[in-house]
Amino acid sequence: MKIYSLGANPNKPCNILNFKGVSLMLDCGLDINSALHFLPLPLVASKRLSNLPNWIPKDAQDAALLDGELKECENRVLVDGPIEILPPQSDIFDICDVDTILLSNHACMLALPFITEETGFKGRVYATEPTLQIGRLYMEELVNYLERTPKSQRANRWKQVIQSLPPPLSGALRPNDWKKVYSTKAINAALAKVRMVGFNEKIDICGALTVMAVSSGYSLGSCNWIIHSGYEKIAYVSASSTLTTHPRPMDQVALRNADLLILTALTQTPVANPDSMLGEFCMAVASTLRSGGSCLVPCHPSGLLYDLFECLSVHLDNIGLSQIPLFFFSPVAETSLAYSNIFAEWLSSGKQSKVYLPEEPFPHAHLIKNGRLKHFPSLHAEGFTNEYRQPCVVFCGHPSLRFGNVVHFIELWGNHSNHSIVFVEPDFPYLEALAPYQPLTMKIVHCPIDTSLSFTQANKLIRDLKPGNLLVPDVYLHPPVSAPLRSDLVIQELDPPALGMKSYQVLQLPIKRKQEKVHLDPALASRLEPIQFKTGLSASTLTGKLDARDNKFTLKVLNEEEGGTLYSAAERMLPRHPWGSVDTTQLLHLLSQHGLLDARVEDTPRGVVIHLPREDTVIQLEGSNTHVYCHDEALRRTLRDILLQCLPCL
Amino acid sequence: MTDIKVTPLGAGQDVGRSCILLQMGGKNIMLDCGMHMGYNDERRFPDFSYIADGNLTESLDCVIISHFHLDHCGALPFMTEMVGYSGPIYMTHPTKAIAPILLEDMRKVAVERKGETNFFTSAHIKDCMKKVIAVTLHQTVQVDSEIEIKAYYAGHVLGAAMFHVKVGNQSVVYTGDYNMTPDRHLGAAWIDKCRPNILISESTYATTIRDSKRCRERDFLKKVHDCVDRGGKVLIPVFALGRAQELCILLETYWDRMNLKAPIYFAVGLTEKANNYYKMFITWTNQKIRKTFVQRNMFDFKHIRPFDKSYADTPGPMVVFATPGMLHAGLSLQLFKKWAPNENNMLIMPGYCVSGTVGAKVLSGAKKVETENRQVIEVKMSVQYMSFSAHADAKGIMQLIQYCEPQNVLLVHGEGVKMEFLKQKIQQEYGIDCYMPANGESAYIPCKPVVPVDVSLSLLKKEMALYDTVGAPDPKRPCRMHGVLVMKDNVLRLMEPEKAFGELGLNRHAIRFTSCLQLRLPGSASRAMDQIQLILNSQNTNYPVKPSEEGVLNLESVSIKMESTDKEDRKSMMISWALQDEDLATWIMSSLRQVIV
Ligand SMILES: [Zn+2]
Repeated sequence: MKIYSLGANPNKPCNILNFKGVSLMLDCGLDINSALHFLPLPLVASKRLSNLPNWIPKDAQDAALLDGELKECENRVLVDGPIEILPPQSDIFDICDVDTILLSNHACMLALPFITEETGFKGRVYATEPTLQIGRLYMEELVNYLERTPKSQRANRWKQVIQSLPPPLSGALRPNDWKKVYSTKAINAALAKVRMVGFNEKIDICGALTVMAVSSGYSLGSCNWIIHSGYEKIAYVSASSTLTTHPRPMDQVALRNADLLILTALTQTPVANPDSMLGEFCMAVASTLRSGGSCLVPCHPSGLLYDLFECLSVHLDNIGLSQIPLFFFSPVAETSLAYSNIFAEWLSSGKQSKVYLPEEPFPHAHLIKNGRLKHFPSLHAEGFTNEYRQPCVVFCGHPSLRFGNVVHFIELWGNHSNHSIVFVEPDFPYLEALAPYQPLTMKIVHCPIDTSLSFTQANKLIRDLKPGNLLVPDVYLHPPVSAPLRSDLVIQELDPPALGMKSYQVLQLPIKRKQEKVHLDPALASRLEPIQFKTGLSASTLTGKLDARDNKFTLKVLNEEEGGTLYSAAERMLPRHPWGSVDTTQLLHLLSQHGLLDARVEDTPRGVVIHLPREDTVIQLEGSNTHVYCHDEALRRTLRDILLQCLPCL
Repeated sequence: MTDIKVTPLGAGQDVGRSCILLQMGGKNIMLDCGMHMGYNDERRFPDFSYIADGNLTESLDCVIISHFHLDHCGALPFMTEMVGYSGPIYMTHPTKAIAPILLEDMRKVAVERKGETNFFTSAHIKDCMKKVIAVTLHQTVQVDSEIEIKAYYAGHVLGAAMFHVKVGNQSVVYTGDYNMTPDRHLGAAWIDKCRPNILISESTYATTIRDSKRCRERDFLKKVHDCVDRGGKVLIPVFALGRAQELCILLETYWDRMNLKAPIYFAVGLTEKANNYYKMFITWTNQKIRKTFVQRNMFDFKHIRPFDKSYADTPGPMVVFATPGMLHAGLSLQLFKKWAPNENNMLIMPGYCVSGTVGAKVLSGAKKVETENRQVIEVKMSVQYMSFSAHADAKGIMQLIQYCEPQNVLLVHGEGVKMEFLKQKIQQEYGIDCYMPANGESAYIPCKPVVPVDVSLSLLKKEMALYDTVGAPDPKRPCRMHGVLVMKDNVLRLMEPEKAFGELGLNRHAIRFTSCLQLRLPGSASRAMDQIQLILNSQNTNYPVKPSEEGVLNLESVSIKMESTDKEDRKSMMISWALQDEDLATWIMSSLRQVIV
């Protein structure tokens, strides 16, 4: 068993597990952090951005080469060009050989079009229905944002002089492998390959493995995967949450007693508690609104957003700010909100019971009906200007602050100290995200909310699940770079020690298969004549024809004529397996009964030797070994049968 | 070999009260718990005393409900709250959401209108639903350590499911009601090749091969249109949820297209609520509705408005959907009484009517119908039966058999005579046994279980390696597998004999034979050995003979050693083997003797 790492971000995982001759890709995450090295793409040309000075390298030759590709903003160097992303890297594994891709949640599948449409992938993809639909929304939003603000000229020259650039650009990961985002056509083609699965639905993979999605509690339809060979159990745990939010709770029982637990996508904000952050978020928004300012909340179009709507609206009600309008901008806003209402079966039981009434499960449906929450595909959408009034709260993407409606709002509100920008999404470091907008006068509030497992929760989970082996991204075995002294923010030591998975590496896993499942045909089963040794223990020899089809085995009756070239029916002897030792007296008695009267017994240090001089035959008896030297085939068979009479046989 | 026992407590050669007791592998499972709409006495509910006197919890391992129709779940509160059952009950989420509403509706009609006593109460319904565990499609649900159930999409009504029930190595598929063709709001039933021992199928339309859906729809629309054109009133008795939504979609689009003005009313009180269920469980509807629901939710109707009782006497044309569907009570019956004497009006029955109901009487052509309070109604309005009930027809049932490849079929939920016809057809076409027990009668179905065995990988690999030498498995040369089957605490393991002896705590006795073989092989000794190797390998590619470093030929435990020198033409060889390779050694000796004289 081997695992191949195709990515570097444990929260956007993409690994290939090779087991029992089957190659499973576990998640297909897309790390969009490379976007932070680029200038934002505004919807309307921004004077400020286009007036940013070129960055001047020390080397004049470099300057000529760069030709204004790099801009400088408050000591940060940024690339002026179309945004590029690093897809999973398949140089250590040929994607053509991947049999199946298992997707855990919408946040861990955004690289799918790169994999299925650009590599010759021929296998199948499995995901739950909400994962598929919400993943589609994220992809469509991403493509929509990037296509709306096209930049023609690719910026590639800086990559040649990367060593001489200042950080963090100099540390950009594999810039030569960066690509432009996929097309809408590629999204549709990729998602058409996805087969929908339910929680706890057993799916057969090439007849060799069974896989099953179990709820992970992280988002609508998010799951972990159980991979079973019939004997060995592997639990793959991707983004999971033990907190009570809107999705179905995490199913931990199903993950117990695995031979191998693969654990990834733990919290991205190990030092922040999501509950208190949610409280801070509400307070920060309220205090800005009270002082007459508006709030900008950069966010993804689903997931955490639903919880924000719910908590914030209740908080505003409590402090008498119910009249404040909430705006949600996204090309997929309407679809996201519509879908949130139809996934009853994937919700927490509290939300589910509302559907039984039948009422919409989320309060945002009500907020839309009474006009408090208004959603638009974009700023330029019909009707927005009539509805727009301040103070307000604006939810929009993209959280990287490099594209989408959020770029416009920062440009618009950035110079006003009574407005604030509130960071909640944990995917991007907020100061880096803000770099191209500096200097900024609007208030900056950072309260990242990541409901994924914390290190404490993960360590407790591991103790409860008792896996035979644990595999985690190598970075989880050391304190985070941001808090090097926090030795509590690691996966604790275990026995056997946890295995660390390094980016872009292959790792051999210590799981050995010992057994396989074979089905006994009823006809063959009825022929068995088992010997009972004690209650609950019996045995029988078994000879059959092994039928292998699609990695499934059946043992059937071996017909006489099917012996092949080796055996003719007349000569066949059913294999017998004697045990114990031969009683010399009984043997001699039987020999004499068969007319072999000249036997001469000779004691040896390890037993006896019986000579039959007339027949030029010797029988050597040594405890549980007997050796017959005989050159007359007919006599040899007689002796064989006599010996088997002296011994109990299976 | 154990039998599976199936006993219908309802729906045995009958339509109208589905309740089937399934007994397999020592487990007792109840499939559906319906009530009969045609009776008002104790025949209404299944005879639970067949299972046990009094509390059923001890005697039943679980109850599975296929869908929300009352002939499939109507007796559930009676069973759980009045007879007594507190074990697990399974149904899909939409069924769990909608069933209590229909139960409450029915309870009101029975108690408040008909004044029945000894009926379950609202509280009973609530308590009963608390015992229900909702399942999703294709989810594997472990009822206990042995029973496993899995739901499949059945079409028919929102949330309807077929269930695959597995106990140990035996399994049964129960279809409930299903529909093999997609309609305007639901998809078609689907199941994978799960090869159950028994398929228990409904057979409502066992003998019908229904004309195309489109023709039926056109017919329906034309009849409604004609009646409205001549100023008549159209009464369509429906159940609140199910066919009603499909017909609404149909009329809504037709009204839109033809620009008709006559009002359409939906008179159930819970119209909006009912439609809300469809909106929220949209993932259970068909592909087309699911695809477009963000832009336009098919269940937001423009032309169809709620009905008010005062409209009943309003002159002029109208179309009214009213509950219940079999005209046995409620508003549909009231409107029928009012409109039946006028020949301009029309009654369209879109579904099956249980015998004994007013609906069934009218459909059978009765011109005078007596209702509960001895009132006689003259039926002058035209009566149309349009089969919109979403059941599989004969073709659909045969198709489902093809899908899941059962070893036996058992028919329920149909009329005996029609079942008999279908039974013949199934036996002829698929050559499998078909059963059709009557109510209270048990069918014993013998089953040949396939026994799973754990085989040691080394043993299997040895056999597979032999396969590999010839490439693809050759059907003429079967892969022979031999080992010792050890049965310990009901776990079966097949292993190499050596391992088995260890497992059994026995001392294996090894018997070895050595014989001298004399063959005419002139020339050098090493050439002679090459020749032997060539002969053996040419006759059998499965077991290649390999020479060892000392020039000894080896095959499994068999070894052949040259004893003679180059000079002798007739060469002596020692052949030695262990008892377990007796066959192999015999074969080697005889094939060598045959070739070299
Ligand atoms: Zn039904």
